Amino acid sequence: MFEIVFISTLNGILYGMLLFLMASGLTVIFSMMGVLNFAHAGFYMLGAFFGFEISRRIGFWPGLVIAPVLVGLIGMMVERYGLRRVHRHGHVAELLFTFGLTYVIQQGVEMVWGKLPVDYKVPPSLDFSAFTVFSTNYPAFKLFELLISIAIFLALLLVVKRSRIGLVVQAALDHPEMVARLGHDVDRIFMLVFGVGTGLAAIAGVIAGPALVTQSNMAGLLGPILFVVVVVGGLGSLGGAFIASLLIGLLQTFAVASNMSLADLFGGLDPGGTAAVYFGDIWSVTVAQVAPIMPYLLLVLILIFRPRGLMGTRET
Amino acid sequence: MMNKLALAAAALSILGLSAMPAAADGTLKLAYVDPLSGGGASIGQLGLNQLKFIAEKVNAKGGVNGEKLEIVPFDNQVNPQKSLVQVQKAIDQGIQIIVQGNGSSVGVAIEDFLRKYNERNPGKSVVYLNYAAIDPILTNEKCSYWHFAWDAAVNIKLEALTNYLKNQKDVKKVYLIDQDYSFGHSVADTTVKMLKEKRPDIKIVGNEFHPLVKVTDFSPYIAKIKASGADTVITGNWGQDFALLIKAAGDAGLKVKWYTFYAGGAGGPTAVKQAGLAGQVFQITEGINNIDYKPAQEVIRAYMKAYPKEPVYYPRLFNLTGMLFKAIEEAKSDDPAKFAPKLEGMKYKTFSSGDEGFMRASDHQFFQPLYISTLEPVDTKKEFDEENTGWGWKQVAQIPVKDTITQTTCKMKRPG
Repeated sequence: MFEIVFISTLNGILYGMLLFLMASGLTVIFSMMGVLNFAHAGFYMLGAFFGFEISRRIGFWPGLVIAPVLVGLIGMMVERYGLRRVHRHGHVAELLFTFGLTYVIQQGVEMVWGKLPVDYKVPPSLDFSAFTVFSTNYPAFKLFELLISIAIFLALLLVVKRSRIGLVVQAALDHPEMVARLGHDVDRIFMLVFGVGTGLAAIAGVIAGPALVTQSNMAGLLGPILFVVVVVGGLGSLGGAFIASLLIGLLQTFAVASNMSLADLFGGLDPGGTAAVYFGDIWSVTVAQVAPIMPYLLLVLILIFRPRGLMGTRET
Repeated sequence: MMNKLALAAAALSILGLSAMPAAADGTLKLAYVDPLSGGGASIGQLGLNQLKFIAEKVNAKGGVNGEKLEIVPFDNQVNPQKSLVQVQKAIDQGIQIIVQGNGSSVGVAIEDFLRKYNERNPGKSVVYLNYAAIDPILTNEKCSYWHFAWDAAVNIKLEALTNYLKNQKDVKKVYLIDQDYSFGHSVADTTVKMLKEKRPDIKIVGNEFHPLVKVTDFSPYIAKIKASGADTVITGNWGQDFALLIKAAGDAGLKVKWYTFYAGGAGGPTAVKQAGLAGQVFQITEGINNIDYKPAQEVIRAYMKAYPKEPVYYPRLFNLTGMLFKAIEEAKSDDPAKFAPKLEGMKYKTFSSGDEGFMRASDHQFFQPLYISTLEPVDTKKEFDEENTGWGWKQVAQIPVKDTITQTTCKMKRPG
């Protein structure tokens, strides 16, 4: 029992941190620009493929730096020449713009790298098992994921809450004209923020690429789970996203470990088996079987009972 | 606005009419209905490339029965409704042969659609050649005269696999993990049933289902497998669900033998290599590239010259087209009503090894030798590797045709 709990906790934390890593860029762009960036997964995929291309030429570590910078620059171009024009027409136009962008990025990646998965490897310097508990190995690369994730969280928190730039950015979101009159270039601030957000997506891609599967459909498969993280955490709250990631990671991992079903829990109360007839499959389905659906259940519950999310400040 | 729409509709319908030449213009057209965009595109494209390669080769030799072969691709995005629209489009263009593989739900939809179509349109028959949909329902409850299957159905593969496992004394505790949909359940149920009959001493220590293509982190599942003490895992997982599962196993250092249906699918070999599981992952297929049989080796070499990044994924497409061409030439006609009877009961030397298989007339299922193989490093100068990994499939066992035969419940309704 202790073994299962311990391993599940560890797995849950590792998975949760991977989720946060992938969701951080989305949160940054939303909290500081008010734009829900549907193309986030696209930039994440670009990061993975750039990282792959650089890592097979000059190595993983240069890739970890260069790929996010490149993707960040592309993101800034997108903001400067696309999003900024679309912005005038309101939020729906922005959503549609970033939504369309996802397809453009996907087709582009398919044209360059094809549709088959590429062999994006864990760097040799991290390709060993860091420690072993209960005869289960934990690769060093997973710990690296965890550390990067925490580092990004702390760095973002510092910049947003403590630095002058963070203050200006936050002010620019609520009172753009006032900030502009104080002599700040608001447009440039937003461009930078979008660049940082897409760059973060790319870091996630560079790191998740070797851990998961680097393929032209990875953006689509990443799917809605990141939006769950952002909404559960509270739209635009960094701390909320961090806690939501951990929560979802642990919830899902523990659910998988459990073989309980409604029949096991309440079967004793119902010796005649009538409940089994009424509920059909739901009666005998185990928690493990629906584990990956749990985050979405959480999403629905949060939206009903606490629409602003765990730590959100406004109801959007 | 309405006027413009009406005009456009009229223009389109005229275009549609002019795009409806009869098939008898000296070309033999095959409609390839499979995913060519979206998540399944990578596997759909592989099949298309292979068919195009086959078409080039046969056309260079003068075509089929004097006709040039043309492959016409239709993108169905693995969606049954879209597939039917595409099949109808193909029929409107005068195409009478539909080739499809990915997704049994799609397969069932096409089989049903063509059953009705052929009843209502005698004299304009359309035939469905299935190279990969393997839900046993296709050749049992729903079997149709107008459907032919070249890949071994789930129950046939498992019949063969359990006949092999029967003699593997080191298999004592088996864990099953499958995707939570009809295919995954049919793999799990059939395995449990067959193992119980053939090796009652084997313990099934886990029978897990997870949602289809929704899991990012398989480590909790691996922890469960490890806790169960299993020595063998059997899985029908494919695509990302296979790749992530096997990589999580590699990460955690889980030491079990993996018996799979689709380890050889697109992306599978790359994942197995990244997981470092040499010689631990097995697949059951109708052929692999590294079988010492000259004619196949030559074709594979030529194919990989044309498509350097792709090994031959579907030996069965060679069987399918080979038998189709033979039937058309014997019938001296590309009309399905005339060549379908020739396919029934046809004996054919399979592409991979030259060993003989046969198309069972009672359910239109092709029976062929099956191979259990494992992925390990190979000498790439002499042998074929997969996806440029330096690792290739090596044969572990051949299951002869007689050990793959299963019963069918098919009561086929024949035309006329």
